[in-house]
Amino acid sequence: MAKKEYAFYPGCSSQLRGSASNYLTSVNSMCRTLDVKLTEIPDWNCCGASIGYAESGELPRHVMNARNFALAEKHLPGRDVVATCAACWLGAKETKEKLAANKTLKGDANECLKEAGLEYQGKTEVRHMVEVLIEDLGYEELGKHVVKPLEDIKFAGYVGCQTNRPFGINGESFENPVYLDKLVETAGGEAVTDYDQKVTCCGGALAFSEPEKSQRQIKDIVESAYDHGAEMIVTPCPLCQANVEIYQGEINKKYGTKFAMPVLYYSQLMTVAYGGSAKQAGLDGQVIRAKKLEEIAVKVVPVKK
Amino acid sequence: MSEALNEQALARYRNDFLKEVEERVEEGEWVKMCMQCGVCAGSCPFGPHWQHSPQKIFMMIRAGKREEVLTSDSMWMCTSCYNCVVRCPRQLPITQIIHGLATYAHRLGLAPRDQPTRHFSRLFWKNCTRAGRVNELKLTLGLYFKDGLVSGIKKAWALRNIGLGMLLAKRLNPFELIRGHECSDKAGIQKMLKKAHELENRRRGFQE
Repeated sequence: MAKKEYAFYPGCSSQLRGSASNYLTSVNSMCRTLDVKLTEIPDWNCCGASIGYAESGELPRHVMNARNFALAEKHLPGRDVVATCAACWLGAKETKEKLAANKTLKGDANECLKEAGLEYQGKTEVRHMVEVLIEDLGYEELGKHVVKPLEDIKFAGYVGCQTNRPFGINGESFENPVYLDKLVETAGGEAVTDYDQKVTCCGGALAFSEPEKSQRQIKDIVESAYDHGAEMIVTPCPLCQANVEIYQGEINKKYGTKFAMPVLYYSQLMTVAYGGSAKQAGLDGQVIRAKKLEEIAVKVVPVKK
Repeated sequence: MSEALNEQALARYRNDFLKEVEERVEEGEWVKMCMQCGVCAGSCPFGPHWQHSPQKIFMMIRAGKREEVLTSDSMWMCTSCYNCVVRCPRQLPITQIIHGLATYAHRLGLAPRDQPTRHFSRLFWKNCTRAGRVNELKLTLGLYFKDGLVSGIKKAWALRNIGLGMLLAKRLNPFELIRGHECSDKAGIQKMLKKAHELENRRRGFQE
């Protein structure tokens, strides 16, 4: 039996051919090493994200999230729901909080769910994968599996917004969360602990609708990483990853910069540190290749003393 | 329909815009609690782009500036970063109120017509609720081609390197156009959402 078992909510961007498909690849590899079993919630749906608000209103948005909880409660009772995407986690967590605080809203949500033959009980917790790592397993356990420390690589831990606010990770500050730095150090890398743009917004969904304004934000995020001597950025959020990575070329064209900063997920770092291949770490999914990490990934695992 | 909804609201609330917001906007009951400190305005990543900061919007609501608030471009500048929420000394759910106001302005047909985030927000919800999951390729193309074929091709061409990069990284696939990811209980989701819109309309006092 696996050490830990969860009801898994991968989210839309992590699906095959999705913009964060390499996130899922690396999470699966990381969890194999850690003996964490993720069972996908059958027929899970989109959380509605933050950007769907204009058309969704309040109840329809909560109902979308409540459906996932209801499915988890029905098919995988007793297991916490785990999300890897910041927006999925936030959306689900907000719904759980709102339905717990408001009986009318909960009643309404259940009236809607009845149409799909489901019921929301509110028994299930939703956690972010980062919480599973640092709360359920702990840094010490995470460190035990490191066979290839990511030596000589300096990472800027870009936490971003939605894994940090409004809920955040327990015990961390909103203005200067340090868990990502600790994860980097656990994987044997060097963390830029004074990275001042670590919680700056990348523009989120407005990177699509307001590209100029968002790219100014992204420029600050990447520039500060360079200024602090970082070679790579690491993040827990799929939209942060995509925005900060893929617009660097556009920013170079507009501002005359020469950005080529790889942007990775914490799970890719862990996978490589755990001895996984570049493919298992989803490094083939980088638009800006993380060459130094690829070099470590092809090295033969040293025999344990 | 949105015009009728607006007239109904005007008749019902007359000059009491604060009451209208409290009853009809998500988290609107918190607006009166704003103490006008301005921390939200200074904390917003898109702050300089707001014609009226959240602090000003809240005061304008209390001052009954209905038309100015609901037709404003400002609420559509919210990136959902929640910085204002965690810094507000009174812990007001500012992000949610701003979203709520934008939603209400959109429903009444008063929001700026060509507001790009308004457009994207609609597109996103339509996209993710059609089959229960987001189709990223259709979402992106929908955004590029919103002003017609020629402008869409120009936009797609201007950003071709991004698309190509994603394609090579296997994070975008033309196959999604033909057969994207879907929930199997699409019908159930549609019925559930239809009910949710009905109930919400009833609770908020909107005409059907």
